Amino acid sequence: MSAINQSGWRPEMGSAQSEKPQTFTGNRALMLEEALIFEIGSSDTCGVDFTTAHPELDEGQGFNKLSLSGGKLSGLERRRPIGLPGLSEPETVRHYTRLSRQNYAIDLGFFPLGSCTMKHNPRLNEKVARMAGFGDVHPLQPVETVQGALSVINELAWWLITLTGMHGVAMTPKAGAHGELCGVLAIKAALEARGEKRTVFLVPESAHGTNPATAAFAGFSVENIPATPEGRVDLTALKARLGPDVAGVMITNPNTCGLFESEMTAISDAVHAAGGYVYCDGANFNAIVGKVRPGDLGVDAMHINVHKTFSTPHGGGGPGAGPVVLSEALSPYGPIPYVARMADGSMKLVEEAEAVTDHPENFGRMVAFHGQMGMFTRALAYIMSHGADGLKQVSEDAVLNANYLLRSLEDVLDAPFAGSGPCMHEALFSDDGMAEGFSTLDIAKGLIDEGYHPMTVYFPLVVHGAMLVEPTETESKAALDQFIGAFRSVAERAKAGDPSLKSAPHHAPRRRLDETLAARKPVLVWKEPDLAVAAE
Amino acid sequence: MRYLPLTQPDRQAMLGVIGANTIDDLFVDVPEEARLNGPIKGLPMHASEMAVERHFSNLARKNMAASHHPFFLGAGAYKHHVPASVDHLIQRGEFLTAYTPYQPEIAQGTLQMLFEFQTQVARLYGCDVANASMYDGSTACWEAISMAGRVTKRSKAILSSGLHPHYVSVAKTMAKYTGDTLDTALPDLGGSDTARLLAAIDRDTSAVVVQYPDILGRIEDLSAIAAKAHEHGALLVAVVTEPVALGAIKSPGEMGADIVVGEGQALGVGLQFGGPYVGLFACKEKFVRQMPGRLCGETVDVEGKRGFVLTLSTREQHIRREKATSNICTNSGLCALAFSIHMTLLGEKGLRQLAAINHANAVDAAERLSRIPGVSLVNETFFNEFTLTLPKEARPVVRALAEK
Ligand SMILES: Cc1ncc(COP(=O)(O)O)c(C=O)c1O
Repeated sequence: MSAINQSGWRPEMGSAQSEKPQTFTGNRALMLEEALIFEIGSSDTCGVDFTTAHPELDEGQGFNKLSLSGGKLSGLERRRPIGLPGLSEPETVRHYTRLSRQNYAIDLGFFPLGSCTMKHNPRLNEKVARMAGFGDVHPLQPVETVQGALSVINELAWWLITLTGMHGVAMTPKAGAHGELCGVLAIKAALEARGEKRTVFLVPESAHGTNPATAAFAGFSVENIPATPEGRVDLTALKARLGPDVAGVMITNPNTCGLFESEMTAISDAVHAAGGYVYCDGANFNAIVGKVRPGDLGVDAMHINVHKTFSTPHGGGGPGAGPVVLSEALSPYGPIPYVARMADGSMKLVEEAEAVTDHPENFGRMVAFHGQMGMFTRALAYIMSHGADGLKQVSEDAVLNANYLLRSLEDVLDAPFAGSGPCMHEALFSDDGMAEGFSTLDIAKGLIDEGYHPMTVYFPLVVHGAMLVEPTETESKAALDQFIGAFRSVAERAKAGDPSLKSAPHHAPRRRLDETLAARKPVLVWKEPDLAVAAE
Repeated sequence: MRYLPLTQPDRQAMLGVIGANTIDDLFVDVPEEARLNGPIKGLPMHASEMAVERHFSNLARKNMAASHHPFFLGAGAYKHHVPASVDHLIQRGEFLTAYTPYQPEIAQGTLQMLFEFQTQVARLYGCDVANASMYDGSTACWEAISMAGRVTKRSKAILSSGLHPHYVSVAKTMAKYTGDTLDTALPDLGGSDTARLLAAIDRDTSAVVVQYPDILGRIEDLSAIAAKAHEHGALLVAVVTEPVALGAIKSPGEMGADIVVGEGQALGVGLQFGGPYVGLFACKEKFVRQMPGRLCGETVDVEGKRGFVLTLSTREQHIRREKATSNICTNSGLCALAFSIHMTLLGEKGLRQLAAINHANAVDAAERLSRIPGVSLVNETFFNEFTLTLPKEARPVVRALAEK
């Protein structure tokens, strides 16, 4: 890799002058700049030593000359350079450690990202997920050799069914949106079994983007249901639209405005009476777990984001898991494979072959294997640690913390639904009342300088400049009080039109980034500088 | 409860500020008949860390762990040694407990890692661009078929008989509901079905989907299929379940594949009984606006410093809703990090060496196993995985071997 700069890397210093003296390296003490692996690595460096019975493949030249034995590769040996830089182990550890320090995380501080539920991630969960009997097991091993792993899936399934008051659960979906797909496909299969071809899904305006995207992905058309001025589903409008072409509704409860859909039972009854099904987006189940069972509200299918409600880490974007609980009406159509407990206590896997007799109406397979085992162990450890009593306390504390924030900030920020009664696990504010030219974005960037991860911004779409604040139950009162002080201060600056807020953040590893440039001239992979110039 | 910081006096004081008498006053919007009074019956109460750990230790002991035995299972999930530093680094709280990088100023760690990951994947696959990951290989495969449909505005895909049967099932599940047509065939021990694929390509074909190496381990040049597909305005989608293979054999991109997807589990992620894994997704630059999932791109901040952001998000569900290219939101970020760290430790030299060792061991094993009377090797070509036929049913033999 010719373009690699072997003499060390000096980061771009930037053109604009800042008042602080610049350093030679661009570093600022503990704030360390870090180059890309393509700039510091080389194709001849390797941070792994191998064990091999083939001396010619040991450290030496043999493998580089592609002495790939036996002529079994169809003559397709890869001869051209791939372009993969390597680093030794110490360099690798330092590279990623330095990168990690440019991230905000729940381990560092308060992360009130509404709807996303950034609660503490217990380390016991990490420990159990890494036990060799779970972490180092192949998905196609004979079932006799994975009885413990199947038991974990089965135990978690039992907890989920019991906590939601539902009839069955599909464990394989990989995340919330994938769970939505599972629920919608089960509905489609149920309709087909009835010989009906309904083509429309009704989705509230306040719904998360995955809801309409999922319905469309599964071949439905999507129509919006309006919200009432109180921030809930407009039952009258919903009823007016129900009919023989409507397959179902996708309702989020508690909804994305942080409110409980108090007419949920009436909504379910109306949809069922019109021959449709009720999908509930369970992303906010963490507000009601142990307090309310969605099965008692007439729900037919609901995904559970175990990475929200049950504390599995978000990992900077994933992985998650999205098991879907199903009503009696939809359970026959759930996907394969699944785990079944036999009369003698042993576990069995129902795959294509077994499903012919055990689960003949299944809608098929959604993923290659058995779902997110690594998330199941973590979620089960979390659930067992809390128990029925602890889970009830979890939702109570989450709701208490959110209401405390709402009532402590409603005098300084516009809270459009504060009059609709208590909120659930998140408090929603708008940008109403900011000085001319100041918006939600500026408040978010100001909070970064204060040492916080901002709340969710511009979602839900039904509120102008929405700010959705979700504290979760794992924050102390002291942490909330400090945040309230900081939020209040930033909001007051936005109202007063403080120009320094417009240019925030000032203290983060980067200032505001040019997103327009990124989208207009997308640079999605690194190119050797000479090649990059040649391409222009 | 060890995870809950609020004390009883805190709760009382906070209720006072809110103006509520009891916690249940905050749940008044829940219909009376749906409100539970007291913990759900029949469920266990909270448990100590030690008690929970014991429970899991007991269950873990009932499973056979791959590293405790000689281990030969493959078919879409592979046991390779993962360096200790990989698992250490992905457990740094700043990676593990961050969210999707929505606020780029305080998420450069995740964003730069994604930019590096995208580049590694694109180069490994021989493509121009790659995204920030999908759930796993099987869902990436369907997303590729679906994307080929958007690019070509056609809805008939031809799937090779060498494609992982579970990937075929996932595609069939989706196609049943989207109305796409899939032309499929069962795996054939007699040879690959390139002739069938070439014959089936026509003006209605959106994509030809070929696994490389295929489910039986065979390796075949994809150039002819690419050429015929392109002649008819169709795309070639290549699926790679074992990324280590691409340290030894040409990338699908080099042979003309338009979209290359696959499973990244073999590097860094571990077996984990099937998940979480990491779907890799790469393609030619001209199709980038039809890609599913998140993309990280380079830009500058207001001081002119290089930085990274999520970009081209007008493809995605949070902006485009029902018109999005996919419904994916949460992806497989931390597994992408594990993959990327393992790739960085290997580098070009290490990946080639790892691939050569894998291949040499497989050649030895194939040779010795096919000397057993009644056992014969199906493959003429293979990388690290091959198929044998036995003189009796395979399943009991596998069980008997596991017993040993
Ligand atoms: C309300 C809501 N619905 C659905 C989703 C999608 O879930 P996931 O990201 O797990 O796919 C999310 C989270 O991102 C959400 O907040």
